Amino acid sequence: MRLLTWIKRHLVVAAGLLTLAYLLLPNAVVTVFSFNRPKGRFNYEWQRFSTDAWRHPCDVAGLCTSLGLSLRIAVWATLGATVLGTMTAFALVRYRFRARGAVNALIFLPMAMPEVVMAASLLTLFLNLGVRLGFWTVLIAHVMFCLSFVVTAVKARVMSMDPRLEQAAQDLYAGPLQTFVRVTLPIAAPGIAAGALLAFALSFDDFVITNFTAGSTVTFPMYVWGSAQRGTPVQINVVGTAMFVVAVLCVLAATAVGNRRRRHTT
Amino acid sequence: MQTTTTPAVGGGDVRLTGISKRYGTFTAVHPLDLTVPQGSFFALLGASGCGKTTTLRMIAGLEEPTQGTVHLGDQDVTRLPPYRRPVNTVFQSYALFPHLDVFENVAFGLRRRGIKNVKQQVAEMLELVQLGRQARRKPHQLSGGQQQRVAVARALINHPEVLLLDEPLGALDLKLRRQMQLELKRIQTEVGITFIHVTHDQEEAMTMADTVAVMNAGRVEQLGTPTDLYENPRTAFVAGFLGTSNLVPARVTARRGEELVLTAGGATLVLPAARCTVPAPAGAAVLAGVRPEKITLTHADDAAGIPEGRNRITGRIADAGFLGVSTQYVVDSPVCPGFEVYAQNIDRDPRLVPGAEVVAHWSPAHTFGLDAAQDGDAGTAHAEEEAA
Repeated sequence: MRLLTWIKRHLVVAAGLLTLAYLLLPNAVVTVFSFNRPKGRFNYEWQRFSTDAWRHPCDVAGLCTSLGLSLRIAVWATLGATVLGTMTAFALVRYRFRARGAVNALIFLPMAMPEVVMAASLLTLFLNLGVRLGFWTVLIAHVMFCLSFVVTAVKARVMSMDPRLEQAAQDLYAGPLQTFVRVTLPIAAPGIAAGALLAFALSFDDFVITNFTAGSTVTFPMYVWGSAQRGTPVQINVVGTAMFVVAVLCVLAATAVGNRRRRHTT
Repeated sequence: MQTTTTPAVGGGDVRLTGISKRYGTFTAVHPLDLTVPQGSFFALLGASGCGKTTTLRMIAGLEEPTQGTVHLGDQDVTRLPPYRRPVNTVFQSYALFPHLDVFENVAFGLRRRGIKNVKQQVAEMLELVQLGRQARRKPHQLSGGQQQRVAVARALINHPEVLLLDEPLGALDLKLRRQMQLELKRIQTEVGITFIHVTHDQEEAMTMADTVAVMNAGRVEQLGTPTDLYENPRTAFVAGFLGTSNLVPARVTARRGEELVLTAGGATLVLPAARCTVPAPAGAAVLAGVRPEKITLTHADDAAGIPEGRNRITGRIADAGFLGVSTQYVVDSPVCPGFEVYAQNIDRDPRLVPGAEVVAHWSPAHTFGLDAAQDGDAGTAHAEEEAA
């Protein structure tokens, strides 16, 4: 009887911990194996502890070049998709124009379509246009599929914004530009930031579309895929772990800032 | 960025000339002339959808009039965008900037006009609205009444020629609303700026404003001081919207000097000719109106004691509601069903209970005459709808 109550009381906590373990186990494995010194070319069995890979992350040919390329594409794709997506979201929420309904529906198509289909059709398009595959075709493709996510995130935010706030700004001597910079943008910022983060993450680890549109260019996910055929350098785990740590630090920083602001103001 | 009109000292009257607003086929505001004297507390009163807020927004510049002009003093501001008008608004939901604290909300207008040293002014303004200690709070951390005062401070700090208030007390509970009414009135007296206040609450309009314009279906029905509107309503709508009125359908039988003699279902009523809003030759149909609190109820047994010369209507009490201060009776009479009488509870006659035969009587001087072509229930339905 008492056992039953105990289980009941701690069921939620237990379920939460199990879910967390389920989510974090792969990351833990990646981290642990980044300190491995494998015998052969494959980093699948634990041999012994070593920090070699951490000290020489760029020792593997091509890895750091591909990582740099991926980061560059992700940054530009995020920038492009965020600017375009924010403008699209504002247009869709704030203005009535012809084909608004159609745009509203079509903007979600990239999210719904199987990625591989989109990738194949993009390749067909680029080949027919005679465009040389490489950095630019990848960037165009990434901006395209990131756009829908940015629009979704920003639209939700803009929809919940009271248009009277902008009227109030105008009433208080702010011209159209000032109103946008001082009121509209800061209030929409959380939505825009969420959209941008999403875009960055999606662009950085995209494989399918990139693989179709990259030609001979090699991004980091392509590099990982390619090396998995021939043997996996420990440095891949190092990069993976570093990404994970950076992401966790970002989340922690955001929480800390949020907490401090709340404490500061109450 | 934008250099804006520096709010002028002095200013002038707000003049609306032939101003109207149409949305497609719907006319929100019919061509309207209105002058609000400088320094007055002016109320636009009406039910929702009567065009009062649209009128206010046209003065603010947030809505462009279909026709007509808006003048502030001698300046034609009709085509000026809102950020170039020396006018500020307190919005219905306050529209405080959620990402800025109280101080920055209040300083917003000053900063946009390129004023560098805002600290002193903002502090003084927050003192005026008694929010000095909340300066660093965000709007969502304030109570409704505090938010309302931030909205007022944010507008007033710019020393506008005119302050526009769009149902600023609508979201507050009754007690706070009464308190804020007095507060706003105090501030207006203190700063001497013209206030134009839009409201659907007739009590609010009457307690606060010097002049009230009653709007209905896009037109101004009547304009005047609160007492004038209450005592001399010129339309059935005004009579029903401001307080309660009994409107008795009657016919003019004769004119006797300064008085009109009417007959209403067997009863004879007297109406001062000056208080009849329509020309009333013998035979004309009019509505004879009287306010419920002007009427005295006397039990039918004591009818002989009623002084000569009073208007009287006989009937039976259908309902009596005891409100402490007063009792509200509904008297069913063949002349006028649902005749309302409010009696102060000074000496209560225990015989005045539902079913009792009574005589309702009042001084002819308290009677007013309206055009019989109007709907006698106009205004009341709106008033109830708003109250609900």
